Order: sequence, then structure tokens, then C-alpha cells
Amino acid sequence: MYLTGEEERILKGEEGYAKQKAMEILTVLGDIYGADRLIPVSSAQIAGVSYTSLGDEGIEWLESLQDCRVVVPAMLNPASIDLENWREMGISYEYACKQLRIIDAYRRLGVKPICSCTPYLVGLVPRFGEHVAWSESSAICYANSVLGARTNREGGPSALASAIVGKTPDYGYHLDENRKATVLIDVNVELETLSDYSAMGYWVGRTVGLGVPYFRGLKPRFSEELKALGAGLGTAGSIALYHVEGVTPEYYEALNGQVEKLNFTDRDLREVYCEYFKPVDESVELAAMGCPHMSLMELEEAAKLLKNRRVKRGCKLWLFTSIAVKRLAERCGFLKTIREAGGEVYVDCCMALAPLKSLGIRNVAVDSAKAAFYTRLLTRVNVFFGDFKSCIYSITEGQ
Amino acid sequence: MIIKCRRISGGYGEGYALVSPEPISFFGQIDRNTGVVCDERHPLYGESIAGRVLVFQSGKGSTVGSYVIYGLAKRGKAPSAMICMEAEPIVAVGAVIANIPMVDRPERNVFKNGDFIKVYADRGLIEVLD
Repeated sequence: MYLTGEEERILKGEEGYAKQKAMEILTVLGDIYGADRLIPVSSAQIAGVSYTSLGDEGIEWLESLQDCRVVVPAMLNPASIDLENWREMGISYEYACKQLRIIDAYRRLGVKPICSCTPYLVGLVPRFGEHVAWSESSAICYANSVLGARTNREGGPSALASAIVGKTPDYGYHLDENRKATVLIDVNVELETLSDYSAMGYWVGRTVGLGVPYFRGLKPRFSEELKALGAGLGTAGSIALYHVEGVTPEYYEALNGQVEKLNFTDRDLREVYCEYFKPVDESVELAAMGCPHMSLMELEEAAKLLKNRRVKRGCKLWLFTSIAVKRLAERCGFLKTIREAGGEVYVDCCMALAPLKSLGIRNVAVDSAKAAFYTRLLTRVNVFFGDFKSCIYSITEGQ
Repeated sequence: MIIKCRRISGGYGEGYALVSPEPISFFGQIDRNTGVVCDERHPLYGESIAGRVLVFQSGKGSTVGSYVIYGLAKRGKAPSAMICMEAEPIVAVGAVIANIPMVDRPERNVFKNGDFIKVYADRGLIEVLD
């Protein structure tokens, strides 16, 4: 890979240890993937935040990097606890201290302590064609597909390295030729709920694995539906980019030549609900929604549904969002309605990373296929998958 | 015997080879504190990678694996060098942040458990002693 004089100097350590290590990460990745140069990025979104996944080694590494600052706007992936209201979640003091130490290490590097899987809803909004280095899989799908920005599926260390250097190796989804469709998905079913979009994304991700799906016959009404679709796609497969005919910004030049064709039917949709996962039933103790983090409109929907309902004794309702959207929901009165019904809105964190088992929770309902997949895998509780309304109804009573 | 390879992470390391017939996920399959392979379904179950020249196809699994490699090095439980058939980002980034010499694409794959191996990562050379 070609390096400029300045890049060579950084690699030799002339601007300090942290920058040297960051440059080394980027050049090694560039060499592995055959990039010919580094290109500037305008922002970074960094995974490797939750103490559950990072562990003490991760803290040691972050704290070893304190001789530099990031040079582009950078935000974080969700942590495993609400950074302000962790006590209400039932999190231990010891655990919270470890998590807060991680956030502090990032903060000292100049990374904004905003922990969300929807950075594009809280001020990190790349424009069409802009290169970024993001690492949350659903946010990657949203940035590439809905916004038309360009990012690879970065890991935590490489996104941080890009934030420190302000660059990324030029390969993969940064290049025009890798943004063309590789498989055409004919959607032959009317998708009604966000969980339908999520389920279809999961099915396509699992079926296609790696590639660029092109959806035909899809008529999304809200950007939230595309947020849910991308989350499903990035979970079961390694998909970072999709196109929707007539909807997403690069669709018109995405199809050229012969591509494989797949049908998505009602039967496939039901298969995700009933065979990949377990449908919601009466045993649910916790309904957890907000994977990816809820938008203001989704919180409004929650408030409408909860208007004349109450969370049953022994049950919990947790909604997950970003700190900014929670404040907006408070201003709009949605937060009050949700709390009066016995629900709680948590920020900064992810249900799949929360230590659910140690909180005594065994049966969890979710409306996101991504949440169903990771919550079962990471927390070892029983997970049920249904649409938003059936999740809410499983743990509440009233009209 | 001298074998040419590609430098991934610089430096020199030597030790007895530990050859894995399967890819390795450092997150989950290696004990973070001891460097012992802790997944009973892995062919190297019970073996310690500490101080060995670890030879394997590639890494796999969570990107958190990079931090596990860093932690192993901090505790003195990391391999002294790593040889992959084909490098992938998780192990490569782990080797970089942990300062472990690492190479990939060796021109010949003749490595056997117990061979004494010297890895000259900067020069892109592996020496296997008889």
C-alpha cells in the first residue's frame, strides 16, 4: 500500500505510540485486503464498548493509548448498562465501575460518550458518497444503503484507529465496483410491522451470507423499516449494503448483468417467526424493545399502545434508545405515558449485553430478529420473537 | 529450512510449534488468563499457546478476539509468534496491538507440532530447525 510522507512518519512513531499503533492497524488491514492507499473518513463509530465483551484486556488497551486525540467526530456503540440509570436496572456497583472506566478512557481520547447503534439519529449523519469508518452492523447497513455513505464492516480497533488517524484503507465498500447488487430478492409478501422487516432481513442475511441484496417489490413507508431491515441483514450474514428499487439512493445503477434471484414469500416470513425463533407466549417476564435503538416515532407508538395498559406484576417492560431521543420523548410526553404504565426507557445500552441472567430474568420477548439472535446467544435466557404489539401485550394488561 | 512468507506484524519470535488443524476464535476458545485452549470441541483443547509459535489457518469469530490477544500478551501468556495460512483482521489487529510477530502465506506448509521455529517477521522469513 502506498503511504504519504506524513503517513510514513506516523508509522515510524514520530507522532507518538498511539498514533503509530493506529497507523499500523490501518496499514496491516490495507495490506490484507489489497488496498492501494488510505482515504480520509469524516466520522467513526466505534464498537468495543461493553464491559461484557471488552473485558479487562480491552480496558488495559484503551488506557494504554492516552497520548493522542481522535481527529474526526467519533461516537460509541451501546454499552451494557444505562450510564446514568444503571442502579434502576439492577446492575452491581462493581460492574458499573468497570463499564464507566471504559467510557472514560474513550472520552479522554476525544470520543463522544454517546453510546448508540443509531448514530444517524443523534447527529452523526454522513452525506451521500462520504467515506466513514463505522462498526455497528445495523448502522453500517443504514449508512451504506439508506444514506449512500461508504463504510466497510469495521471492527472496534480498526474504527478507533480510523478515528485517531482520520483515514481508512481504500477497499471493499469504499469502491464503486463492490457496491453493485449480487442477488435480487423478489418480495412477494406485504410486510406490515417493523418486526416483519427485521425478520425478512434475518432470512435474507442467513440465505445470502455475504453479498449485496437488491429488493424488488418492497414499499417501505418509514425509514424505521429500513433500520429494522438492515439490522436483520447484518445479523445472520455479513451484509453491509443493500438496495431497494425506487427507494435507496444507489438502486438505479446497482443492477448490471446477471444476478442470482430469490423469492421471499409469506411462508419464509412465517418460518422466521415460528421456526428460527419461538413465538411470544404467556411465560414472558421481560419485553425488551429498541434493537436498534428506538426512534422518536417508535416511542410515540409505544406510548399510544400503553395509554390504557399497565405492566403486570412480576413483569418488566424495557425500551432502549439513545440519550437524545429519550430527551425528545420526555418533551413530547411519551416518556411519562410509558412510565405511568410501568415501563422504563433506558439509554446508552443494549439488551443483548445486559447481564439479564444475574437479574433473575429467564424469559424475554423481543420484536427484533437481531435482538432474538444475540440475546439468546449472549445472555443464555429464553427468547421469544413477535411484533411490537404482541410483545407489549404479553407483559401488560388493560384495554 | 528457510520459508518465505508475508509480514503482518513485525518483530522476531521463536519457540516450539503448536499446529492447529482448525481456525481459532481467541474470544471464547482461549482462556483469557492462562492461554490454554478451553473449548473442548477444539482439537487443541487443553494445550497452552503461551510461548509457542502458533501455526493455524486463520482467526474467526468476534472482533473482541483482538483484545484477548492483547490481554494474553500483557499476562505473558501469548504465543511468541504466529503463522497463519491466510491472515484475517481479528488476529492481525490483535498481533499489532500486542506486539506479537506475525506472518502469513508461508510458501510451504511443513510445520509439525514440536518443530523449533524462528519467525523473522520483518524480513518475511520463517526458519524451521531440524
